Amino acid sequence: MTRMLLAAMAGLAGVILAAPALADDGPKIDTGDTAWMLASTALVLLMTVPGLALFYAGMVRKKNVLATMMQSFSIAAVVSVVWTVIGYSLAFGDGNAYVGDLSRLFMAGFAGGWDKAFTLGSGASAVATTIPESVFFMFQMTFAIVTPALITGAFADRMKFSALLLFTVLWSILIYSPVAHWVWHPNGWIFALGALDFAGGTVVHINAGVAGLVCALVLGKRVGFGHDNMAPFNLGLAVIGAGLLWVGWFGFNAGSALGAGARAGMALLVTQVAAAAATIAWLLAEWATKGRPSVLGAISGAVAGLVAITPASGFVLPMHALIIGVVAGLAGFWGATALKHMCGYDDSLDAFGVHGICGIVGSLLTGVFAYGALSATPATPAGYAGSFDQFLLQLYATVAVFVFSAIGTFILLQVTNVIVGLRVTEEEEREGLDVTQHGERLA
Amino acid sequence: MKLVMALIKPFKLDEVRDALTPLGVQGLTVTEVKGFGRQKGQTEIYRGAEYQVSFLPKLKVEVVVPDELTDAVVEAIAKAARTDKIGDGKVFVLDVERALRIRTGETDAAAL
Repeated sequence: MTRMLLAAMAGLAGVILAAPALADDGPKIDTGDTAWMLASTALVLLMTVPGLALFYAGMVRKKNVLATMMQSFSIAAVVSVVWTVIGYSLAFGDGNAYVGDLSRLFMAGFAGGWDKAFTLGSGASAVATTIPESVFFMFQMTFAIVTPALITGAFADRMKFSALLLFTVLWSILIYSPVAHWVWHPNGWIFALGALDFAGGTVVHINAGVAGLVCALVLGKRVGFGHDNMAPFNLGLAVIGAGLLWVGWFGFNAGSALGAGARAGMALLVTQVAAAAATIAWLLAEWATKGRPSVLGAISGAVAGLVAITPASGFVLPMHALIIGVVAGLAGFWGATALKHMCGYDDSLDAFGVHGICGIVGSLLTGVFAYGALSATPATPAGYAGSFDQFLLQLYATVAVFVFSAIGTFILLQVTNVIVGLRVTEEEEREGLDVTQHGERLA
Repeated sequence: MKLVMALIKPFKLDEVRDALTPLGVQGLTVTEVKGFGRQKGQTEIYRGAEYQVSFLPKLKVEVVVPDELTDAVVEAIAKAARTDKIGDGKVFVLDVERALRIRTGETDAAAL
């Protein structure tokens, strides 16, 4: 009996120890990288709920505070579903140069297995990661969520809730996913060109900013614009929101390194430097031109710097970030004040003035300041360095996204208008969105 | 009985209250209000957009007093609330028909 047992145990041991190594899986899942990416995902989601919700809601009038928060909150819910069903597949499925595919419809089937390290794309240009696809999927989802949420700033106080939901679904699928594919998928034509966008200068900020401008122009100015007192309801809320955005941006930029290492560290560093420099620049500009530095100016400056450093965050050094921050602070100040008044459009919360303008600034300056060593890989040991050619590539990408977003947004607004309309009636706008769209009051 | 209604600058409340107590005034009602008179308000600037804020925060102080105390109360409030700058406020005197203390049922002068 004992001998049989021993033999059985030996046999079992033999089977276990001899279990053949499965065919080589490529990079393994790194728990450090994955832990950071899980944390980054949470940070970026926090940027929308409640970061952007508070940031925007604090700036609108009391009668629209809840509705403004609702826009960010519901976009988080809607885009989460859309992304899962089809958005991710269209953005990060292999597809062709212009759009992904339907290989990940409903997220049925994870490439190589749900518990394997994810590789984006295939063939020679594939990007290997050390995180599971679920984490990559989720991290990207938070970007897909915040982008349409940014647009809401342009049409604050006057868009129908039904129109917002429909427009968001269409925009996420038809504008966001394709652009994300162009810039971040190895098959994407902008990626292949060699244009740089580390964390979303084009995909998120220019895209949303330009869409915002088009929305502001199509929907028209708020009733009483230029005449009524539209002072912010509670800038305290906006400051809290800005704080959440600032810290959350660490996940946005440093998380775009897709790992926890030196690249993430440098991205974090330059993000902070740019935000700080831009805050100071905006404050000084305001102090000089308006006589007093305002709280709203400070938080707007911070966001301006964060927007501008977004595409550059994985490619530049701290001293470049300082310059980018200063330029962004001044450009954002100009975009949110002089430009708006000059052109006369009602971009209520400066979706274009800050995100559009500073996204453009950041994208272009990435081409100027990129420091090769930061993006060096064994395959490309020189990395991407700033040069006139790189600047032109950045310009090309910027213009392409600008034009696509503008035309696409315009079309989708027309479609939405036909189906549910776009703008609330004048009486509803005077009464306020909280009561008319949601039947609720702040207090 | 008279209702003395005063619109004063908010930071003057304690002084006004301190001026009324020695006169025998036993209670008053304070409401936060917004208003403007000749004090114009100011320009607030948000993201480069200027807003004329016409309404300024004020306090409305109301006290009901016996007829014979009215003049002294009006003068006391005016003196305590004065800063000699525009926006000091105004005092109005209205007639009161009846008064009742809820707890005891006392009426008119006994209720004050």
